[in-house]
Amino acid sequence: MTPLRVSIVGAIASLLLILVVLELIRGRRLKERYALLWLATGIVLLVLSVWRDGLNTIAGWLGVSTYPPAVLFAVATLFILLVLLHYSTVLSKLTDENVDLAQRIALLEERLRRNATATRPGD
Amino acid sequence: MIETRIAAIVPAFQEEVAIGGVVSEIRATGLPIDVVVVDDASTDRTAEVASAAGATVLRLPFNVGIGGAVQTGLRYARDEGYARAVRLDGDGQHVAAELPTLLAPLERGEADLVIGSRFADGSGSYRPPLARRIGIRVFARLVSLLGRQSVTDTTSGFVALDRAAIELFAAEYPHDYPEVEATLVALRSGLRLAQVQVEMRERASGSSSITFLRSVYYVVKVTLALLVASLRRYPKLQEARP
Repeated sequence: MTPLRVSIVGAIASLLLILVVLELIRGRRLKERYALLWLATGIVLLVLSVWRDGLNTIAGWLGVSTYPPAVLFAVATLFILLVLLHYSTVLSKLTDENVDLAQRIALLEERLRRNATATRPGD
Repeated sequence: MIETRIAAIVPAFQEEVAIGGVVSEIRATGLPIDVVVVDDASTDRTAEVASAAGATVLRLPFNVGIGGAVQTGLRYARDEGYARAVRLDGDGQHVAAELPTLLAPLERGEADLVIGSRFADGSGSYRPPLARRIGIRVFARLVSLLGRQSVTDTTSGFVALDRAAIELFAAEYPHDYPEVEATLVALRSGLRLAQVQVEMRERASGSSSITFLRSVYYVVKVTLALLVASLRRYPKLQEARP
């Protein structure tokens, strides 16, 4: 059985995570599309902390018989991995877009220089 | 409107010593060629020297790596309507006098992409260090296998492209260590590939950008890119050709 104190600490921690994420969204410091995974993390951890029987049942399915809160850690780790992987895809997209912008700037600047030379009075 | 002139794309990073000579050498070939130097955010006088030597200079606002720089030049060639482009390195290792040889398969309409290979017919004098020789050999084999056509030198940056190849690579080109992957993408997109034997010089300035750690990254990155590229689908360009 999960110790009561672990459940309480788990619930408080996941509630804090949810509140911080909501506050960041409210202050426009976090876009909703990047907050969704964090909110999901907080909600799943909160549910597993509060719903003690559920945690024990899931631990039973997974063969974790000695210490059910280990499932809590495992789920938290899984979600953090998901968030990181999501960020890697975002980063890759940003890199591509960034290079594309740099290339367009180089091409536009050259065109500007050429036009400036072509239209300079007295040429 | 299709321009009958050739765009010579020269990616350059910190090449103020060599770039002037490279530009002049290309212009001195007498080919109908416009030199386009892509300055990959050099902090030295690369852009000024290239411009003074008569090149069109595309200045990237920050360093995007060799692949991104080459692609900038290809986009220029595409947007300005060039029917043909060649690519030479900014350090002077590619010999401009070999350009007619490189362009010949395009002129005859036999190929869309011509690679200037140091090992095409075994007559070349270039003998790279053992590790690099193995790397070049392994990648050539891998690309040949995955692309179902024999390729001898996939790491060469001395290439000529027709309009179909320009458009393909202007749209998408690998960012770092691009040559090997680009060769496979070309084959899988149905471009006709030709290889010609060329001589190359020892680099005129600067040192090779490939150190030990980078070469480990190079091998891993290129291998991964090749395997992924062979799993992707590429639209065949064959039908689009007149």
